[in-house]
Amino acid sequence: MSFLENYAFYIGAFGLILIGLYVILVKHNLIKVIIGLAVLDTGVNLFLISVGYITEGTAPIFSGSETDGQQMVDPVPQALVLTAIVIGVAVLALALSLAIRLYHHYGTLNLREIREQKW
Amino acid sequence: MRKTISIILLSIVAVGMSLSLAKVPFGQPKTKVGQRYIDKGVEETGAVNIVTSVVVSYRGFDTLGEVTVLFIAATGLGAVLKIGKREAAAIEPASFVLRTGCRVLFPLILVFGSYIFIHGHLTPGGGFQGGAIVASAFVLIYLGCRERRISETASTTLESLGGLVFVVAGLIGLAVGGYFLLNFVPKGQPYSLLSAGIIPVIYIAIGFKVGSELAGIIDNLIEEST
Repeated sequence: MSFLENYAFYIGAFGLILIGLYVILVKHNLIKVIIGLAVLDTGVNLFLISVGYITEGTAPIFSGSETDGQQMVDPVPQALVLTAIVIGVAVLALALSLAIRLYHHYGTLNLREIREQKW
Repeated sequence: MRKTISIILLSIVAVGMSLSLAKVPFGQPKTKVGQRYIDKGVEETGAVNIVTSVVVSYRGFDTLGEVTVLFIAATGLGAVLKIGKREAAAIEPASFVLRTGCRVLFPLILVFGSYIFIHGHLTPGGGFQGGAIVASAFVLIYLGCRERRISETASTTLESLGGLVFVVAGLIGLAVGGYFLLNFVPKGQPYSLLSAGIIPVIYIAIGFKVGSELAGIIDNLIEEST
């Protein structure tokens, strides 16, 4: 039980990463592959945040109250994930626009039917 | 066949990751640098939100790179979608209730978004989050008042100005004190709005930049779909 309590966040985060990788490797539909990328992105963000977590830690923001002296969680992974989320949205939009272009050009989103597509 | 190969590959990855992660304890401090930022952050940068002081001050150069990645993604999307642009079809106007509702809500969401990025050094939030909220106001405009369009010149001007303010603030630090992004403005009293030197200035610039970039992305995608 304590194993689950200790590693639940890691298991969840890597579960998301593996699901995302599986979708990217197996699915034929381009939209599903992009959804897999988004799930993978979420998994990486969750993993970074859970590495920085400290038991009983509060948010790393001083508010002038008596809780300030207590343990705070690591601010560095939070700062990384903060920017990674916004960049993830922009990269997702770029991937979707490429999918729109491919659809206009080939008339299909099935990766098997798009020429010169090896995998 | 492909599924079997993928599952074998993924299980190898999973075993490798679980072996390496078994040595990383959950919920315990792992780095000294995080604690260093918490202990000295308020004193050194004047910002009480330590995440903000890490994003804009300690790792401000990283953030400049990340803002550049965002810019390239937005520009690339515009370039990919601009090829062979068709004439926009006539849009059926939304109902009266929807139009009035979005007109009432639009300024309120803008004010909330600007509150989030102006107070980035004091409360949870900052330029990236506030910019995303500002962009959500433009999603509302596109869904509710469908005939309205934001001016492309205004959005690109705001975006360039935001990036320019960030770089110029960093270069002034280089000229005054010898290194990029030096906090050359007096830090002021912590917990007050006018504190933390150039951190609020840069975060407001990031807010404008992210907001106009995400609004431009939405604009491009919606023009493509009509």
